[in-house]
Amino acid sequence: MTVSGNPDGQPMLFAHGFGCDQNMWRYVAPAFADRYRVVLFDHVGAGGSDPSAYDAERYASLDGYASDVLDICAALDLHDVVFVGHSVSAMIGALAAVRAPDRFDSLVMVGPSPRYIDDAGYVGGFSRADIDELLESLGSNYLGWSTAMAPVIMGNADRPELGAELTASFCRADPAIARRFAEVTFLSDNRTDLAKVSTRSLVLQCSNDVIAPIVVGEYVRDSLTSSEYVLLEATGHCPNLSAPAATIAAIAAFVAHDLTV
Amino acid sequence: MTAGSGDAVEQVHAPRDDDVHALYEHAPCGYLSTTADGTIIKVNQTLLDWTGHQRADLVGGRRFVELLTAGGRIFHETHYSPMLRMQRTAREIALDIVRPDGSRLPVLVNSVVDRSADGEEVIRSAIFDATERRAYERELVREKERAERSERRATVLAATLQRTLIPPAPPTIPGLDIAAAYRPAGRGDEIGGDFYDVFQVAPDDWAVVLGDVQGKGVAAAVVTALLRYSTRAAAVEHRLPSDVLRILNTVLLRDDTERLCTAVVVRLRSVGSRWTMTLACAGHPLPLLGRAREPAVAVGRPGPLLGFFEEVEFADVEITVRSGDALVLYTDGVSEARRGDAWFGEQRISDALATYGSSATALADGLLHEVLDFEQQHPRDDIGLVAIRVP
Repeated sequence: MTVSGNPDGQPMLFAHGFGCDQNMWRYVAPAFADRYRVVLFDHVGAGGSDPSAYDAERYASLDGYASDVLDICAALDLHDVVFVGHSVSAMIGALAAVRAPDRFDSLVMVGPSPRYIDDAGYVGGFSRADIDELLESLGSNYLGWSTAMAPVIMGNADRPELGAELTASFCRADPAIARRFAEVTFLSDNRTDLAKVSTRSLVLQCSNDVIAPIVVGEYVRDSLTSSEYVLLEATGHCPNLSAPAATIAAIAAFVAHDLTV
Repeated sequence: MTAGSGDAVEQVHAPRDDDVHALYEHAPCGYLSTTADGTIIKVNQTLLDWTGHQRADLVGGRRFVELLTAGGRIFHETHYSPMLRMQRTAREIALDIVRPDGSRLPVLVNSVVDRSADGEEVIRSAIFDATERRAYERELVREKERAERSERRATVLAATLQRTLIPPAPPTIPGLDIAAAYRPAGRGDEIGGDFYDVFQVAPDDWAVVLGDVQGKGVAAAVVTALLRYSTRAAAVEHRLPSDVLRILNTVLLRDDTERLCTAVVVRLRSVGSRWTMTLACAGHPLPLLGRAREPAVAVGRPGPLLGFFEEVEFADVEITVRSGDALVLYTDGVSEARRGDAWFGEQRISDALATYGSSATALADGLLHEVLDFEQQHPRDDIGLVAIRVP
């Protein structure tokens, strides 16, 4: 867990999605450091977290991860939290906000999906067989992890890329935990939870996202009681990396609006 | 020949390989370049040959991620792409490219982010055919799963068999306090060779046996089972432990086993409120008797071990026990427990008799814990204990 920014500011809690770690916010979080108390953390099993803290029972559903978010809020005594969740963490934030609405000022959902698998009358983008294939492909990349060496950093000064000490762990997770997190993430169905969210929310949708397509972003927008929706001109599932300026602008506009209301 | 000899150095003819176009197009790996958002801008002939895609179908309109399986697309978006964005390089990423006919090409991808001559970001990838490597890895994963299943089965089997050889708790004997402790060597995933049994022969007449069969595993368990029911049968016919041991010796010699065994047999009889214990030993550590305000003493006479000699003699020793007396039977896993050069030894067992004198359960559990502590929780041999106390 990393706490930075304005110690007297409103807390802004960033949660990364499946795959990598808190460094996913490296291009976005610093923009809010002057006004907000910025809190970043790694989900259990990811980045610099302690793998021995993984409890298969607790993390058998996204509720366990939502409990972690609430535990962080309690431990740091955070109130009026602006929660920024990428990918599956958008749903983790939604679950946390349903359980403790008083903690949260607002939710920013980056590339959210309440269900990845198609269902009657619902397009999620994937079939069950697709997800099974993903789980198998995680097994194939196991060897890459276990023999992982820190890759050589290509010199480039115009962006604050990861230093060598972080590349050793970035996007590399304990394979058994990563596989179970993938199962929990891609087999979850949180469609009915969306309507229970009373917290004001922003849906940040990428224009060309193979994981969370536009129809899914619109579904989330329509299912939430109080939501704003911004379509970013961005390719891929990680606008926080591929379009950080547009991502920052959309979040800033959303939270600024919040201040004036 | 030296240069100074004046002979002309013969010109060596080496073939040249400087056709850059051929090096790119027909390299023994696929090459693929994309823009920063993944749109394919260049691809070599090798990759087209491997995948069956036409150049015109790939270049200019399609993104690399679109060539992948659904699972691969998720991995691309959640791992590969962030790594490239953050590190500007990604190595040995395992993905499957889908061919136009729907079949798959397992590949390993190495990528770097660079700038083109006009200053634009490009992602350059080298793509290796990993068909055989992937098949081999799948085989490894299958073998690993098979080994894990088989190990789980063996562990359950061992634990089940162990429970039939080692009663979870000895029966209650009216007027006598009795407890046992058992711990197989190592991680406990193999059937140990130690066994014990406590059973009633007649009213006020009980028998106790503690034994140690050489070796471990299923073959030792077969001998253990044989000895256990032979002891029960012999104890019904023969009152004296020495006779029971003689029969066990004959049983082992006649059986098709080379395994040796040590054992101690105790007969417990009560007359009125007084208990007598008659015991005989076969190659086994002598039991220790603890009495209030007296040092513990070894009881019994050493006898030959079972399953080796045709002619054997065992001596019975009878003692009358009083209230507060405690007898502890133990296998060599207790007395010969090691820590470095040190042995657990008889003295520590005697001390335990004094320390844990309050009940048979306290004595058995306390002594077991002391031995495990002594061996830092990694017993090298099975530990078997029976504690008998007169309340």
